[in-house]
Amino acid sequence: MMTATPLVQADGIVRRDAGHGTTLLQPTDFALASGDRVAITGPSGSGKSVLLRALALLDPLSAGQVLWRGKTVSRAAIPRYRRAVAYIRQRPALLDGSVEDNLRYPFSLSVYRDARFDRAYAEALATRAGRGTGFLARQASELSGGEAQIVALIRVLQLVPDVLLLDEPTASLDPESTVACEALINAWFDDAATPRAWVWVSHDAPQAARVGKRQLTMRAGVLSERADGLPDAHHDSAPGAPSARGAQVNAHDSAPDAPGVQGDVQDRAPTGIKVSKEATR
Amino acid sequence: MTLQDLSLWQVGIAALLIVVNGALSLLLKLDLERKLAWASARTIVQLLAVGYVLGWVFSHAHWYFVLPLMIVMTLIAGFAGAGRGKRTYAGQRADSILSIWASSWLVAAVGLFVVIRIHPWYEPQYAIPILGMILGNALTGVSLGIERMTEELTARRDRVEMALALGATRWEAAQGPARDAVRAGMIPTLNQMTVVGVVSLPGMMTGQVLAGQSPLQAVRYQIVIMFLIAAASALATVGAVLLTYRKLFSAEHRFLASRLIERAQ
Repeated sequence: MMTATPLVQADGIVRRDAGHGTTLLQPTDFALASGDRVAITGPSGSGKSVLLRALALLDPLSAGQVLWRGKTVSRAAIPRYRRAVAYIRQRPALLDGSVEDNLRYPFSLSVYRDARFDRAYAEALATRAGRGTGFLARQASELSGGEAQIVALIRVLQLVPDVLLLDEPTASLDPESTVACEALINAWFDDAATPRAWVWVSHDAPQAARVGKRQLTMRAGVLSERADGLPDAHHDSAPGAPSARGAQVNAHDSAPDAPGVQGDVQDRAPTGIKVSKEATR
Repeated sequence: MTLQDLSLWQVGIAALLIVVNGALSLLLKLDLERKLAWASARTIVQLLAVGYVLGWVFSHAHWYFVLPLMIVMTLIAGFAGAGRGKRTYAGQRADSILSIWASSWLVAAVGLFVVIRIHPWYEPQYAIPILGMILGNALTGVSLGIERMTEELTARRDRVEMALALGATRWEAAQGPARDAVRAGMIPTLNQMTVVGVVSLPGMMTGQVLAGQSPLQAVRYQIVIMFLIAAASALATVGAVLLTYRKLFSAEHRFLASRLIERAQ
């Protein structure tokens, strides 16, 4: 616990769209230490997914780098990195076949050579998510959206990653499935011998309050500490930011939003990073 | 046994048969008359031109005439192989040309120098038609293979990304679509091999028999050609699919989906 090296650290990462040249993610510094539970909110199209995908090394960066436990990740080590830092998408992607086929799939990958499918553990996870014993035999094509997301979550959680990057995992789910998914993820966090960490992107303010000990917002590609804090991204590219912001803020984002953030951030006294009180689950 | 020479008049009578297609098109309102006329004109002009070119090259059998002709044929096949499918990516044409060129010339070399053993090495009467047949089939394999690969990757993008996010290597993530693409590219050749002689009499064999060669010899040639075609189209398809894979997946185990662009209609 002495070491202060974060699990995942982003140094000035930038994502530009190769085709259009728009900046999707402004220069961003971000550190995720073990034990961190970070919630990110923000309008759609503001770059939340871009950040998570960048942290998962799924998209090429235009600048900056992502470190794992203080070290750069070599090409050959990227599959191992993604085993430790699991990215979970909003829309679950399941393979044809049964739920069990889906849960067995990762073990066919070379990076999990040392691991074996544990049916009992998978069933225990399914039970925890409120699904009966017959769940593993169900056909993936017959599952509801909520059930499919539960399968996708169990598929990742049975592999016991160190970090979860959750990209609105419950955005399209009914309340009951949302509760089940949150319970699964919380159990994964609590079960750990060594502290784990997550970054949880959410549309839903109450959920963000539930799942985040640290609250961040993303607006027009700029990541900042929410409301009563300092901006997390210190690369303050003020001259460049407005144009990029104008280019990519979604049509339905209300106009006063973007200036509001700037004002907020500048008006605050530098109180440092604040941990919100309601962040207990 | 002499070969019946065809006069242009006789060819003209056969060409009148296209009127059948035209009548059908008008009757059923298929709206194909213009296309039919254009296709017929192309058939006539292209084949007459090829006849003259081949006649000229055969009577001037030098490597410096034969080789450029073979290169032109290969390039045309390469360009044609890239011109299919709803989606494309930068460099698709180069991939198509490279895979068709390498596979066809390698297999043609085996066929011409090891099996048939032609003298001199560029003897146009053998080299050109055999390369042509190989190219035609390699082109089919490549265009079907690339088309299927880009389609599968678009349709299965979610799954490919899911696999990568779980820690799959780029090959582990791509192998499903790649396998399907290779299969799609090789199926026409496999179908052809299963029905050859039973349902269809290949053009080359028919030609040799018409030219007075014994059917047994013609069949032997046809067997050789079928295997040359099979080998070349398999190599070309695998090559094209692997080149596509390398363009669309980076060494950092990323799927570069943004490189897949919809082809302008």
